[in-house]
Amino acid sequence: MTGTPSETIAPRRSHGSGWRLLILIPTLWLVVLFLVPCLIVLKISLSQTAIAQPPYVPVLDPAAGWAGLRAFAAALSFDNYRMLGSDWIYLTSYLRSLAIASLSTTFLLLIGYPIAYGIARMPTRLRPILVMAVFLPFLTAFLIRIYAWINILQRDGLLNDVLLALRIIHEPVVWLSTDTAIVIGIVYSYLPFMVLPLYASLEKMDESLLEAAADLGAPRWRAFWLITVPLSMPGVLAGILLCFIPIVGEFVIPELLGGSGSLMIGQTLWTEFFQNKDWPVASAVAIALLAILLVPILIYQHLQMRTLEKS
Amino acid sequence: MGNAPAASGSDPASVPLVRFEAVGKRFGGFVAVDRLSLDIFEREFFALLGPSGCGKTTLLRMLAGFERPSEGRILLDGQDVSDVPPHRRPVNMMFQSYALFPHLTVAANIAFGLRQEALPRSEIEARVRDMLALVKLDGFDARKPDQLSGGQRQRVALARALAKRPRVLLLDEPLSALDRKLREDTRLELKELQQKLGLTFVIVTHDQEEAMTLANRIGVMNGGRLAQVATPPDIYERPNSRWVAGFIGDVNLIEGTAVSSGLGQTIVESRAGDRVLVTHPPGASYSGPVTVAVRPEKIQIDTAAGISKTENSFAGHVIQVEYLGGLLAYRIMLDNGQEMKVTLANHAPLRAGSMAASGDRVWLSFAPEAATVLQQ
Repeated sequence: MTGTPSETIAPRRSHGSGWRLLILIPTLWLVVLFLVPCLIVLKISLSQTAIAQPPYVPVLDPAAGWAGLRAFAAALSFDNYRMLGSDWIYLTSYLRSLAIASLSTTFLLLIGYPIAYGIARMPTRLRPILVMAVFLPFLTAFLIRIYAWINILQRDGLLNDVLLALRIIHEPVVWLSTDTAIVIGIVYSYLPFMVLPLYASLEKMDESLLEAAADLGAPRWRAFWLITVPLSMPGVLAGILLCFIPIVGEFVIPELLGGSGSLMIGQTLWTEFFQNKDWPVASAVAIALLAILLVPILIYQHLQMRTLEKS
Repeated sequence: MGNAPAASGSDPASVPLVRFEAVGKRFGGFVAVDRLSLDIFEREFFALLGPSGCGKTTLLRMLAGFERPSEGRILLDGQDVSDVPPHRRPVNMMFQSYALFPHLTVAANIAFGLRQEALPRSEIEARVRDMLALVKLDGFDARKPDQLSGGQRQRVALARALAKRPRVLLLDEPLSALDRKLREDTRLELKELQQKLGLTFVIVTHDQEEAMTLANRIGVMNGGRLAQVATPPDIYERPNSRWVAGFIGDVNLIEGTAVSSGLGQTIVESRAGDRVLVTHPPGASYSGPVTVAVRPEKIQIDTAAGISKTENSFAGHVIQVEYLGGLLAYRIMLDNGQEMKVTLANHAPLRAGSMAASGDRVWLSFAPEAATVLQQ
């Protein structure tokens, strides 16, 4: 009856040598395949473009010794980042990517939540089948599915045919090469990544909580709003991040479905790298993008830590 | 029996607060509740007792509104509530799992039901304070459920269900998640709370001790039907069937035929040929094959013949003695081939030789009023 603190304290693991070895493998993996490449890209972003092999200077020459290292460090500069900040091409590209990612993620949430909720409320034996059904289209190659969308969205494509037949429109609408097409393509492609974390959090919710809410006088819609929605927030956050972050850097979908007028940041990066052969600027674009995306990731981490501390 | 509830434990003149009228519930082909009728009266502490799968929880859930009866009607205060959704019923339930909202504080959990009524803020706060004091959880209002112990969570669940001042409080196995010591303390507090508040409680339990100590009346359920509805002493002393006698406590059953019955007593001739005299209320009369039920603690053991009265006395020998601390449990084989269980209070220190040991010859006897005749 008196205030004893929580009984549920997780048992502590002993940190033996086996444990260290186990953690070494993923650490090595991350260092070799993530941290080192990141540092290389960071270094290139501080270099200047050159007609050479590799196409930038300075290049560190270990044979030149201490003096060579000093000359190398002196030649690095933030010029590329200054350029990113001053040229409207890059700024609009970033903003456009963020805008399209926000819009797409909003639609993903609005479409994904009812799907996940519906599956979670189905009889237990049907749920795995329905989750599989969400993933089923993804057994086909990604490019083929995007090309199929080109077919659907083009002037004499399926979408216009249907809308004309239903007399919703009287003239064929231009879908392809518009932002609408990009958003449709993104929402279609990323849907499973929104549905799955939402489903995971909705599925484990205790049915008796909704009964308790009803018992205490809350009609269904209020119980949904007061109980289901708050309890599914971890899934909502995970879904948003899982979609938003890769969408910002999306290249293939805007390239194939979008217009040539304005570019998303992934396309800008591609242009710098392969058309202008400007590795340093392309690297700066990538590093800046990473910095932008780090913000939501850090917020998410912070929230996760808070929920972990609570339980 | 199983149709009309016994009048004992309630005022026969009063109108029932809850009335089940031939209520049935089927899940597919499975009959969970089988055309059951039951009245529960104001201020009663009513227990639905039975083994798992007997339909007691389904009956409670129908009263809460989570399940719709397949047939029959449920009346609350004389109003048919069969079609009223759970959020409009003036009953509240305490769930077996407690079903506390994990994202809300203790205070917000208790206030949840009050907020649905759109009561003024100050009123809600005052009632939450009262409820916290009632379940002795003052100062815990800002905690989240996962920061509480099992016993504290149980109290929050109780406070939340009581906050709306329900006409009937439903308790679904409310003590099953607690350990033994805490369960016994909480049982007492629950009983006190019910008397203090003067509310009607309906509890579902599979624990006969819980039902006996808490309830004014018990409805023993089996296979979707009410096997017997009576006060705890009546259920124990006067079970109406072999099943109830066997389900509640331990019992010896002697099968035989009623040879003479009337004027408050019946003579049964057992299969072994012995005569057993049983007294009962004068109205009852038995005939044909019957069973005599005797509780093990109502049988006397003597180590010499002729000490007890001559009626209902049987010779036999001890085949096993179990030492249970406060009790001694004997298994005795009678000369007529019937095995009997007898329990004695352990009046240690016993005089040497007075305690029957395994293999000893003994004489069992019981008073005619200690036994019950069961027609089935």
